[in-house]
Amino acid sequence: MTTLPARVGAARPDAGGAVGTSAPLPPKKRSRRTSFGTSQWVALAFVAPLIAYLIIFYAFPLYRNIELSLHDYTPRAFVQGNAAFVGIENYVAVFGSKTFAKALTNTALFTVVSIAFQFGIGLILAVFFRNNFRLNGVLRGLFLVPWLLPLIVSASTWSSMMNSDNGVINSALSVIGVAPVNWLTSPDLVLASVIIANIWLGIPFNLVVLYSGLQNIPEDLYEAASLDGANAWQKFWRITFPLLRPVSLITILLGLIYTLKVVDIIWIMTAGGPGDSSTTFATWSYREAFGTGNPDFSPAAAVGNVLILIALIFGFIYLRIQNRTEK
Amino acid sequence: MTMKFVRSTMAVAGVATLALAMAGCSAAGGSSSSAGSTEYTVWDPYPQHDASSDWAKRIDACGVDAGVTIKRTAYDSQSLTNQSLLAAQEGTAADVILLDNPAVTTLADTGALNDMESIGLDTSAIDPNLLGAGVLDGKTYGIPVGANTLALYYNKDVLDAAGVNPATVTDWASLTAALQQVKTAGHKGITFAGFASEEGTFQFLPFFWGAGANLNKLDSTQAISALTLWTDWVSQGLAPNSVITNSQNTNWEEFLTGDFGFAVNGTWQVNSAAKASFKTGYITIPAEAGGAAPAPTGGEFMVIPTQKDTARYDVSKKIVECMSTTAGQVKTADTFAYYIPATTAGQAALLVEHPELSVWVDAVKAAKGRTSDNLGANYPKISEQVYTAIQNALSGAMTPTEALKEAQTAAAAAIAK
Repeated sequence: MTTLPARVGAARPDAGGAVGTSAPLPPKKRSRRTSFGTSQWVALAFVAPLIAYLIIFYAFPLYRNIELSLHDYTPRAFVQGNAAFVGIENYVAVFGSKTFAKALTNTALFTVVSIAFQFGIGLILAVFFRNNFRLNGVLRGLFLVPWLLPLIVSASTWSSMMNSDNGVINSALSVIGVAPVNWLTSPDLVLASVIIANIWLGIPFNLVVLYSGLQNIPEDLYEAASLDGANAWQKFWRITFPLLRPVSLITILLGLIYTLKVVDIIWIMTAGGPGDSSTTFATWSYREAFGTGNPDFSPAAAVGNVLILIALIFGFIYLRIQNRTEK
Repeated sequence: MTMKFVRSTMAVAGVATLALAMAGCSAAGGSSSSAGSTEYTVWDPYPQHDASSDWAKRIDACGVDAGVTIKRTAYDSQSLTNQSLLAAQEGTAADVILLDNPAVTTLADTGALNDMESIGLDTSAIDPNLLGAGVLDGKTYGIPVGANTLALYYNKDVLDAAGVNPATVTDWASLTAALQQVKTAGHKGITFAGFASEEGTFQFLPFFWGAGANLNKLDSTQAISALTLWTDWVSQGLAPNSVITNSQNTNWEEFLTGDFGFAVNGTWQVNSAAKASFKTGYITIPAEAGGAAPAPTGGEFMVIPTQKDTARYDVSKKIVECMSTTAGQVKTADTFAYYIPATTAGQAALLVEHPELSVWVDAVKAAKGRTSDNLGANYPKISEQVYTAIQNALSGAMTPTEALKEAQTAAAAAIAK
């Protein structure tokens, strides 16, 4: 359930950017037209709710996050509001921390591997469901289940399934003679375990978006290809894949931003542990702020800002690719 | 013309809506405790007790005695600490909060709590080892609603089958030997909670202190021997691998499967243990060289956050008094099985009704506050490093020595900040 709003939310900074670029347009018009009067005010009044919304829900939290990261907010300073300004000290501490390298590689692995599999499996399923067959709708509906479950339920279920001693996965493995695997407690395996759970969670989103993308590819292209003697594989590589490119790009970008900031599933399954073995930037930030008995809001905000920067870079890469394809 | 009229009307309406929305925001942001209201708010960390529970009724009754209605909200323990801190910043804290004891000094240090002396609540009857967690710079910032601590539960059926007499478990060597015997008999040795949270540290402390270690020096040889004990149990299969992710609830569920010889858990499981499908008993956790190890005190403190409207303190005081007097503490212990009263008189009164709880009363009396040894608000920073070291050692990522060395360095850095 949380997946959906989170993804919609991820799309919004993009929409915000669009508003930002169109904002300079009215002044141009104004300079051409010499008369300005009620209509300008009316226009402004119409934009006002949006601007207020953007300021309250985007600009202010962002400002506050930067402000938090540049001060030293101990619990006392947080309540009394007299935190000392420390400049980039929090960032220096974050970059110099032992956790940093681990969190960076974990974030990269978690994001890239999750997306590769989510997208790959989602695409295979989307192409599969493109064929009409009985129970198509029912099966497609079943694939949405991970999306509909509250995350706390699915994460707890995965966590109990992967329990070393009485998890159902290890019981199944023991039937075929495999020794118990410490899914969530071995430092070498734990990241793979949370990635598996996250892939399962992300497949429905990729399936739905790619499936709807497939609906827009005209059927006659496939017919023409068949007449030319193309086999299924060639049809996929020459027609489906290139025509699905715009949809694929946006799916991957949304998935990227969403996966970068996943906290809940990792936190519920492992709390980033053991040690730092499954810590990503997002869980690191959460742990600093809320995960211990001792809230450290400033380093948490610093880690959060690093994460925002990374997401922003991918946003720009997406815009570049999109511009290039449009040209 | 009409179009223009419509437009400007809509614009005005838009602006008006916005203004209303903003006004709504500021109204909603106002304090939950407005002046003169007869509704008082209480926050506690017992979401497992719903509005129809004995506990909720008991709080309501305290409100009736004080002539007000009480609105109780229950949070998960960790989120209650965060919630209290955020509320303190916003000035919207509840009138009375039942706060996990290690968090009291952290919150008191922010200036968000009233001290009991200035409220006029007498704390002299409370056992000093239990009150310690609420004392900062000579002032007391809360009153324990009762106290609990840890002990070693055992499954009598499993121990009998393995030929272990619990009375012979008096030090670490005899405990480990007993675990070996249980394992040889085809059962599982012991389960505890090593999860990366305060619960992990809480369960480790009886072993840590029982080895003679001190939280001011996490990498002492005593500390290393305590963590080595736990790590060896896991690597030798005397404790299951799942202890790394176990909370105190999950380790108890493991124990209830009937497969384990021993489990580290607290007073609050007494009723559950009595209802188990097998015979249970409990002993104090042994120290390394024998005798009872000092276990940490658990339990919540009643604290009274500062309010803009200081006239509310009178009623808040009555609510706290209702639960903190000797009679009140015994009543809480009765409703709640969680708690041993924090006063000597209360403990005596409880034992008259429930002589079977004497082991727990002794354990609570011998228990040690987590924030004692002059740690105060530094305790949470140290605790975080302790449970991180537990995780690193039990999972095999580091040796106990490496894990604790790193923990000491990190804790020292966190405190120096």
